[in-house]
Amino acid sequence: MDSASSDRPVPGQHLAPTVARSVKILVVGAFGVGKTTLIGAVSEIDPLRTEERITTASVGIDPGQPNKDTTTVAMDFGRITVTEDIALYLFGTPGQRRFWDLWSGLADGAVGALVMIDTRHLEDSFEVLDQLELRTKIPFAVVVNQFPDSPDYPLERVRAALDLLPETPIVECDARDRQSAVLTLITLVEHAMTFPVFQKVNA
Amino acid sequence: MDTEEYRDHPVRSYVLTSGRAHPSRNTLRPETLVRAVESRPVLSTAGRLERELVQLCQGTLALAEVAAYLALPVSLVAVMVSDLVDAGNLTIRSNHQAHVLPGKDILEKILDGLRKL
Repeated sequence: MDSASSDRPVPGQHLAPTVARSVKILVVGAFGVGKTTLIGAVSEIDPLRTEERITTASVGIDPGQPNKDTTTVAMDFGRITVTEDIALYLFGTPGQRRFWDLWSGLADGAVGALVMIDTRHLEDSFEVLDQLELRTKIPFAVVVNQFPDSPDYPLERVRAALDLLPETPIVECDARDRQSAVLTLITLVEHAMTFPVFQKVNA
Repeated sequence: MDTEEYRDHPVRSYVLTSGRAHPSRNTLRPETLVRAVESRPVLSTAGRLERELVQLCQGTLALAEVAAYLALPVSLVAVMVSDLVDAGNLTIRSNHQAHVLPGKDILEKILDGLRKL
């Protein structure tokens, strides 16, 4: 977002006319964990932002919001045209279900979710993981974003600390690096393919 | 307390949608692809934002992209898009039912595409 002060981006980045289908992956995680960085690393467009209004009764996550009756919650997103006819959208959202519900249908039909983790603040991710495991059937993969001062925990220790199911993938990532970010998406889609709900071919 | 402060947005949103908070169809998702129908002129009763929206969609965009470019909430743009589909000015480009999960064939194509990035 370093381009001028306008909050209305310059349009014109249409999808190719051959694109006839869209799919989505959610990128969830606590504030500041690197969701927008990862989306920006793989997106073919500069990440876009859209906001929904929320009452402060249900806020408590996004710092820097002054006390008001209502505030806004932002969703940053990007896009990858993965084949000539399919566009993959990456929607970054705070992990708590109450935020997803702000964007009607956001979780419906998602291929899966990347849950981004900062090992310096593991406890921030507990609620997100609980919700994904208990309240949705969405396939998810855990992405440990490596910050310069992140402690060097072996992944299996992080897996144990997060109490993940044995089949849940967990990968390390440098969210700024395109190939590293792409690998997290590949890991997630491969995992999703093992879910019975995606087995059938809908021609 | 700054109760004197004028806040324009909540009311304005409802005016734009004639007071409705929900679109006339519930199959619209943030990733739903929409595109203008070129042969169909926008009704003279349409507002500035509707015209701007149709203009944006001269090529294919997802609902969330339209919302971001117009700097309006997705929920509000969904209502406008739905009306414009009803009026014949927009068409929903994604040719599948929004609540149907992608099949294994689609996931395989996505994987192939990602591996080539």
